[in-house]
Amino acid sequence: MSTLVTLSADTLGQYEPVIGLEVHVQLLTRSKIFCSCSTHFGDPPNQNTCPVCLGLPGALPVLNREAVTMAVKAALALNCRINPRSRFARKNYFYPDLPKGYQISQYDEPLSEGGWIDIEVGDTRKRIGITRVHMEEDAGKSLHEGFPDSAERTYIDLNRSGVPLIEIVSEPDLRSPEEAYDYLTRLKTLMLYLEVSDCNMEEGSLRVDANVSVRKKGAAAFGTKTEVKNLNSFRFLQRALAYEVERQIDVLENGGEISQETRLFDSREQRTYGMRSKEFAHDYRYFPEPDLLPLVVTEEWKEHVLRSLPELPGAKESRFQAEYALPKQDAALLTASRATADFFERAAKACGEPKLAANWVLNDLSYLLQENGKSILESPVTAENLAGLIKLVAKDTISGKMAKDVLAEMFKTGKTPNQIVSEKGLEQITDPEKLAVIAREIIAANPKQAEQYRQGKTATMGWFVGQVMKATRGQAQPQLVQEVLKRELA
Amino acid sequence: MDNLTNLTIEEIHGALAKREASAEEIARAHIDRIRTDDPRVRSYLSTCEEKALEQARAVDRQIAAGEPLRPLSGVPVAVKDVILTRGLRTTCASKILENYMAPYDATAVQRLESAGAVILGKTNCDEFAMGSSTENSGFYPTHNPHDLTRVPGGSSGGSAAAVAANLATVSLGSDTGGSIRQPAAFCGVVGMMGTYGRVSRYGLVAFASSLDHIGPFGRSVRDVARTMKVIAGRDALDSTSADISVDDYEKSLDGNVRGVKVGVPNEYFEGLNPDIRANVEKGIKLLEKLGCKIVPIRLPHTEYAIGCYYIICTAEASSNLARYDGVRYGFRAAEFSGLRDMYRKTRDQGFGPEVKRRIMLGTYVLSSGYYDAYYLKAQKVRTLIARDFVEAFDDVDVIVTPTSPIPPFKLNEKLDDPLQMYLADIYTVTASLAGIPGISVPCGKLPGEPPLPVGMQIFARYFDESRLLQVADAFEKAGGFSVS
Repeated sequence: MSTLVTLSADTLGQYEPVIGLEVHVQLLTRSKIFCSCSTHFGDPPNQNTCPVCLGLPGALPVLNREAVTMAVKAALALNCRINPRSRFARKNYFYPDLPKGYQISQYDEPLSEGGWIDIEVGDTRKRIGITRVHMEEDAGKSLHEGFPDSAERTYIDLNRSGVPLIEIVSEPDLRSPEEAYDYLTRLKTLMLYLEVSDCNMEEGSLRVDANVSVRKKGAAAFGTKTEVKNLNSFRFLQRALAYEVERQIDVLENGGEISQETRLFDSREQRTYGMRSKEFAHDYRYFPEPDLLPLVVTEEWKEHVLRSLPELPGAKESRFQAEYALPKQDAALLTASRATADFFERAAKACGEPKLAANWVLNDLSYLLQENGKSILESPVTAENLAGLIKLVAKDTISGKMAKDVLAEMFKTGKTPNQIVSEKGLEQITDPEKLAVIAREIIAANPKQAEQYRQGKTATMGWFVGQVMKATRGQAQPQLVQEVLKRELA
Repeated sequence: MDNLTNLTIEEIHGALAKREASAEEIARAHIDRIRTDDPRVRSYLSTCEEKALEQARAVDRQIAAGEPLRPLSGVPVAVKDVILTRGLRTTCASKILENYMAPYDATAVQRLESAGAVILGKTNCDEFAMGSSTENSGFYPTHNPHDLTRVPGGSSGGSAAAVAANLATVSLGSDTGGSIRQPAAFCGVVGMMGTYGRVSRYGLVAFASSLDHIGPFGRSVRDVARTMKVIAGRDALDSTSADISVDDYEKSLDGNVRGVKVGVPNEYFEGLNPDIRANVEKGIKLLEKLGCKIVPIRLPHTEYAIGCYYIICTAEASSNLARYDGVRYGFRAAEFSGLRDMYRKTRDQGFGPEVKRRIMLGTYVLSSGYYDAYYLKAQKVRTLIARDFVEAFDDVDVIVTPTSPIPPFKLNEKLDDPLQMYLADIYTVTASLAGIPGISVPCGKLPGEPPLPVGMQIFARYFDESRLLQVADAFEKAGGFSVS
């Protein structure tokens, strides 16, 4: 946490933070919002450009229908009402990476309004209002470093210029950095479920600004807010918000006033800085974009999108609890990503052991994936193969312990569990007669221990089991070994 | 043939078909004439002689190969320098784009070329089409071919003057508040603006997007009708272009206007030059003689049009011209310290005074605290002006007015009085605000020496360009261009 602000827990406790988030989400369309250039990330600078997204004289925007469909999808999933008629507006400001000198956005007639997301912090569920979801175009990028003459020059890459964005504005309903974190997590999960964005914060496809104010607990009026920008990771979000909340409380406790300003979060120093308000005070001079017709989303279009909505995380979580008798915790973890949920469901169906499938997915497989920096979509172990492994354990072909090694091998080689088990001769010894022969040999070789056991030192049994397991290279089923040993030692 | 530069399109095609002249000869005749006459008129900013001759030779080869003529085969055309032409400079008559080469053609230009047109060059205009006299060109003013001491009107003064001086058969201009119709009137030619959305704006450098149009000039209504037909129609690259089929305009040029109801709005006949008024009234009499029914009408919100127009057009201009910032293309100030200083100096040195005036006005009317009082109010007035026309067209088929309240004025006469200059647009901005089509046709000359042209303006219903052209053509056939 911050090192600059020191306030007693008591003082902090007298205040309540009021936070609203403005989240920009890049849509996963193949082409840009107003031209047919590719949205592909990471191409050589200015490769994906044309007269429209370069803002050349005489060029005109043409709205990408797919971008609207995705925006409507997101808005519907956020429980927003879709305005049948919305309008684009120009947001005017000068910046080198804004080629037209204005950004085409939406202002007083946005695509959609009035939605919500339910969050959960601790055991409390809470509804966070969504003020609006509107569409806009992204700006280009200013490259301040990485060139031999970066000290004197800034380079401009306009590949991102015109990439479609939605801006999701929340009500000031969040009351702590933790709530903000949970809200953002759920928002991101939702966007990933809908496949409207990859929400990759490093590539800038999810960007967050926060409006923050504090007020004395019980006060009805909001305090003066600041806008905190540059919250470009989940980690920074909480820290920046916590810092800003404490900073504001500190100002107020010392008899000061909060000035309405934009502040930047410096992740290195873990604090927010006021940007010189004069330089950044914008009058955006919004007015309706005359180059585009009003955007009309017909009832038919909306219905079509509604029908295409996938099962959303909340619904899936409830269904997993009901259908697979999973604990809430497991269901929540599994549904945190659509890919994980799908993987689990395929595995569970294929092996008929949902609880075991959940355990394997959430524990051993997750660990391997994390260890190797892979997502579940890149998992070398398919859901079907994981199910095969679970079945081998369930049929006692291999032990649970051995299964972990088999999984690691499957992960490494991509082979099926049966292949690995038979190649390595790992089938469990389930024949009592075979085990009896081994047991008798071990008892005969260790008369002292056998005697101790017979005299009532039953703990020796564990030692005998270990010896048998060792002799069978772990392929014996421990329970069966114990039964056989009991019989042989009697 | 003796004179290849005063022909109509039909005459050009007749000559080509009968092998009396080749397209190359016609193009060369124009190029020669531009060389001898344009130093006085200064209608062109740049010419492309080689390209023009090449296009003409291509037409000749097609004729030799027995291919049918296309609508504009071999027709010499001039293009206003706010309309993009690939491989030819497009300066918008502004220092800020002095050496700008567009990487693509405007849709209208592309359609002209597909129709066989021979593009001679780019014509002068007021900087970014902002003005009514072509004196705001960043390079030099154009002179009125009828009296070289006078302005040709504007902003498409170069395109109007080029056609009037036989330096092109037809030309393209742009009209935002009268920039085709008013110079057509001043230069004694026909100039037409279609319904908003009739012609694609793709490749027209934007001045005021909700008002901008591309349209043709010609010496006859038929030439204008044909050129209009070529450039009109839906364009997927312009979202505001209309998906409404384009009539074969020349078919409507039947000269029969019997029973056509002609509205005459009182508001357009007050406080104007009395000789202009007399000529237009004679023009209306002629229409009556042709069997039209003259109907007095009211367009009650006319008096608010100039204020409304200058708020909306400057607001849009302030935004449209933001891209000329010295960052990516065009002029950049040679010396500056830091980004903001680069913006300031580039725009200060690159734009002329009228452009700066409009950017400042537009920035002001969009500013928070003023938006409602100016921009929003102007939009409401715009709706009322459009409604005036819609209601009037319940009773009449076309509306006839003078094009300009004043005759072509002397160069420098109004340059220091922007308000007087703005008022020159008083009869043309209404149709721009309403989005209806309008045309200006010659309507006799003023007494005096040299005799100066008068323009009569005709409006029609949305997308009723056929009717507009029919009435204009009937008027021309009946000798209306030289009423006296």
